[in-house]
Formats: sequence, structure tokens, C-alpha cells
Amino acid sequence: MSNPQIEIQLIAAVVAMACAIPGVFLVLRKMALISDAISHSILPGIVIGFFITQDLNSPLLILLAALFGVITVVMVEAIQKTGLVKEDTAIGLVFPVLFSVGVILIAKNASDVHLDIDAVLLGELAFAPFDRLIVTGADWGPKSLWIMGSILLLTLSLLVLFFKELKVSTFDAGLSSALGISPVIMHYGLMSVSSITVVGAFDAVGAILVVALMIAPAATAYLLTEDLKKMIGLSLLFGVVSAISGYWAANFLDASISGSIATTLGVIFLMIYLFAPKRGLISVLYRQKQQRIEVSLITFLLHLNRHEEESERHINHLQEHINWRAVRARTVLNLAEKNNLVQITNNVVSLTEKGLAFTEKSLAYIINNRDEKIEPMKEDFFLFRG
Amino acid sequence: MNQKIAVQIDDLTVAYNYKPVLWDIDLTVPEGVLMAIVGPNGAGKSTLIKAILGIIKPIAGSISIYGKPYTKQRKLVAYVPQKGSVDWDFPTTALDVVMMGTYGSLGWIKRPGEKEKKIALESMEKVGMLPYKNRQISQLSGGQQQRVFLARALVQDASIYFMDEPFQGVDATTEIAIINILKELRKAGKTVIVVHHDLQTVPEYFDWVTFLNVKKIATGPVKDIFNDDNLTKTYGINYKVAVNK
Repeated sequence: MSNPQIEIQLIAAVVAMACAIPGVFLVLRKMALISDAISHSILPGIVIGFFITQDLNSPLLILLAALFGVITVVMVEAIQKTGLVKEDTAIGLVFPVLFSVGVILIAKNASDVHLDIDAVLLGELAFAPFDRLIVTGADWGPKSLWIMGSILLLTLSLLVLFFKELKVSTFDAGLSSALGISPVIMHYGLMSVSSITVVGAFDAVGAILVVALMIAPAATAYLLTEDLKKMIGLSLLFGVVSAISGYWAANFLDASISGSIATTLGVIFLMIYLFAPKRGLISVLYRQKQQRIEVSLITFLLHLNRHEEESERHINHLQEHINWRAVRARTVLNLAEKNNLVQITNNVVSLTEKGLAFTEKSLAYIINNRDEKIEPMKEDFFLFRG
Repeated sequence: MNQKIAVQIDDLTVAYNYKPVLWDIDLTVPEGVLMAIVGPNGAGKSTLIKAILGIIKPIAGSISIYGKPYTKQRKLVAYVPQKGSVDWDFPTTALDVVMMGTYGSLGWIKRPGEKEKKIALESMEKVGMLPYKNRQISQLSGGQQQRVFLARALVQDASIYFMDEPFQGVDATTEIAIINILKELRKAGKTVIVVHHDLQTVPEYFDWVTFLNVKKIATGPVKDIFNDDNLTKTYGINYKVAVNK
């Protein structure tokens, strides 16, 4: 690997990590769309900053852009508060206007400088290593690595310091407020950090990839874990893995790095969505099928339990009595037999002791709906796992 | 009566978008009562609690908890929001939610430690949720979720408990378990204020009641004021049949 190659991957990985942290909380707060809005509406901030300083690398650009990010949030909330439109509509109203203002400002006043819309939307990671930080004549590496490194450090320290506050204000704003942990402060804190991250990242990777890096890793991690800390850890991991493998995919395909990273994020999400052990599509379908069979099993056992007469329990008449199709009747009968819940003598099915106990327990649960009763049964049956 | 006053509200008006939801409320809640707030939907019951706790800013009036503003008395107050006000798919466990009750006394930045965990486990024991402490909260039944919320309030070891519809969507067993805990709190000298929907159970569960419908209709001991007259004034229809059943 050449030096620029390592640097590009390093920048991509750092950007991915910096985006993943606020992304987790945006996803949990159901505010994913706001990152899309911020990533576009910061444009006028950058343009105005450029007019003032005439320097695309001035820190004033980041500050002004972040300010526009917060202004976006404030405007969205103000429109929403009128009660005339819903949040998604308010977002759709605000950010195209601010973005267009930025576009017009560029077209009227800055068309001769290097500030074009393509770079804003898509970014170009491949060029990031060319913009170096030179201090007193010495080369300190790519500038964007330093910018994103600082933002990552800031985000990480805020996360560690205010983890408990972020958690409670995200989960239960009412309680948080009553406890004296102002959800308003936490909200605008998160919005400011998100804005700063987006501004710092979009220069290197573009507005579209910023959104992907914020939302996709968090959404993927959400499918895999039920623990907030693990969700953050997994988001960081997915971000970095996508960044590195996306880079090599781009290398192999000779395509845009940002595009390849965003695609990788999508592919990883799809894989987890399909194959996640608990919330994945395949596991959900399997569980539903199992539950259907188990409901049939209990129905069948209850039928046996209720009917003393042999005619009702004869193996050849089961089908017509319960009114099931042959395949389903056989599946259920096999399942019951395999679990020693029933025995078949002279073609007449009857409950075993185990089957009787099981039926009574299920019946008690159906009648009382008392969760304690079925705790031990959860191990064996999907049906009781909720 | 030389009973201490737990909550004192004077001339409180709360509005959403300049439309008053609570209009000129005066209310005095003596210490040590178990009080129901009743009234029709949209009467401002939850809003009243939220205003007392500073979650919503009133446009007029004053509220004091044991003679001082709420912001100075946070540690004396515990709050159980409506169960439906949070996302139960949030990635966390029952124990972790109960631990959130300790965040107020910890203050900013400081993390909960072993001491906080011990208090949380004791509270979970009291509400019968100890066996479920590591269960993910979406895997709990409605009644269990409500018990988790109650445990979280107990953790705060407050003097006044505010509860927003704690019996909503819980089964009969949980309802009895919850009311028994509330009655124990009252016995220990705590004040408990509950937004309540089921008029039938008011005389059985509570000793104090406030009728609310945007304005305050009446407040006082259940045995004195829980009658057809006040119910009719609050709900606008004749309640004779319902209550005398």
C-alpha cells in the first residue's frame, strides 16, 4: 500500500467513527432524516464563511456551517410547532430552501472559485491526501485527517462524559426533565455535535455519504443488540469495516470511493436485516412458522384432553375432527409424538403424562395470562417468548 | 388541621399554542394523602402533573413543593410518566431503566455505581420484578413495564410521587400489586398523586380526590366530595348509575 492509500483509508475510518456516534442517538430518537437536512442546509454557512475569509480551509467555515445546521433544526421545530404540518414535511420545507440559497450564492458570486456543487454532494476522498497540513514548513499529514480526528475526539469525550444523560433524555424525556437533566440542552447539544460532524465530514466524503455513515451503521447495530453500549460499539465497527472494504471495492472497480463505501453500508445492512439471529427477516419468518405449528399442537392436545371417546381420537379421523389438511395434521402429530406428548395404541391417540401436564400448563396460561407460569416453557417454545 | 402542605398551586394557567388547557387552577394537596386526579379526556390531568414538575412552562400562576419552587425540591419528588410516552424498543434492560431513577441524585456526569445498583435491585424486589432484571424491556408485558416504572420511582425515595395513569393497560393482578404499594407509601407518610381513569375504583383506592376539567371542579377527601354532583359537573353527564352500582 502506498502512503496516500493508507491515508485515504485512515480518513474514511475516522469519518465513519465520528459519524457513527451521533448517528446512534439520531436513530434512537427517530430523527434520522434530520441528518439529511443538516448535510444540505449547511451549504449557505460554508459559502458565507468563504466570502468573509476568502479561504476554503478557515475554521470559520466549520463554525458558520454548524450554526446553519442548528438553525435548520430550530426552523424545523418552529414550523412543526405551528401544528399545521408534521415533522417530515417541515424538514422537507426547510433544507431545500437553505441548500438552494447556498447554490444561488455560489452561482452569483463564487462561480470562478473551487466550490462546486458536485464536490459538496459527493465529495472526493481520493483528493483528501493532497490537501496537507503544513506547519512551519513541515508536513503533518492530510488536513481532513486532523479535522476529523479532532471532531472524533470531541464526540467521544462528550459521549463518555454525558452517556447517562444522553441515555435518559433519549429514552424518557419527561423523566429526564423532572430529574433536572434538561432534554432541551441534550437535544441541542446532540444537534450541534451532529452539525459539526457533518460539516467536518462532508468536505472529505460528501453530503450523501455523511448521511449513510450516520444512519446505516446505527440502524444495522440496532438489529443485532439490546444494549445501548454494544449498539454504539457495533456501529463504530460497521462504520470502519464499510469504510475500509468500500475503499478496496472502489479500488477494484475503479469507481468512486464515497459511492463504494455507501454501497457497502447498504449491503451490510441488507445482510444483517436478512440473517440477524433475533430480528432478522429469516429468523422472524422461521419463528412465525414455528409459532403456527405450536398453536396447532396445543389445539390438538386440548382436543385430545377434552375427548374421552375413542372415535374422536382415532388416527384416521383426526383430520376431519380438527378440520386440518393432511400435511398439517401429520406435522403436528409427529411433533407431539417426538416430544413424548402423545402415544398411539391401536391407532388411537392419547395424551401421555407429560402431554397432560403440558396441556394443563398451557391451559392455565391461556386462562390466567400469568407470565410467571410459562417462564420455564419459554426455553422450549417460541410461542411463549412473546 | 395542622397538616403540612405538600403541593400548593395558585392561579395556574397552562396553554398550548395560546389555547388554555388548564385555567386558573388553585389547588392545595396536604401531606400524606393518596390522591386521584379525575376528569374526562383532554381535561388537562397529565398537563397538571407536567406543569408541577416543570416539564411544561405555565403562562401564569405559581407552584410550590413544601413551600419552595420545584427546581429547588427535585429530590423530594418522583415521577412515573405514562407508559406509552416512551419507546419500549429502546436497547436497554429492566434494571437499567430502574437505575435511571438514581440519575437525579447523582447529578450531571457522575456515573451510577454499586450503591445505586443495590438500591435499584431492592426496588425491583418490592414490585416483584427481580427475576426479570436482565430482560430487554420490549420483552416485558404491559403490566411488567408498568412495574418497572414504579420501581424506578421507588428508587428515588421521594416524599411526593406523581403517577400518570399507572393502571393503564395492566392486568388485574398488577393493578392490585401497584395499589398495595401506593397504599404502603401513604402509610409511610408519603404523598401520592395519581392521574386515574376508572371512577369505580376511586373510593376503594384513594382517600383524596381532585375533579378537573380545564378548571378545578372540586378537591378534598373522597368520603366528602366523591358524589354524583361533582361527577356530573366534571363529566357533563349524569353519573348516578355508574357510581351507585
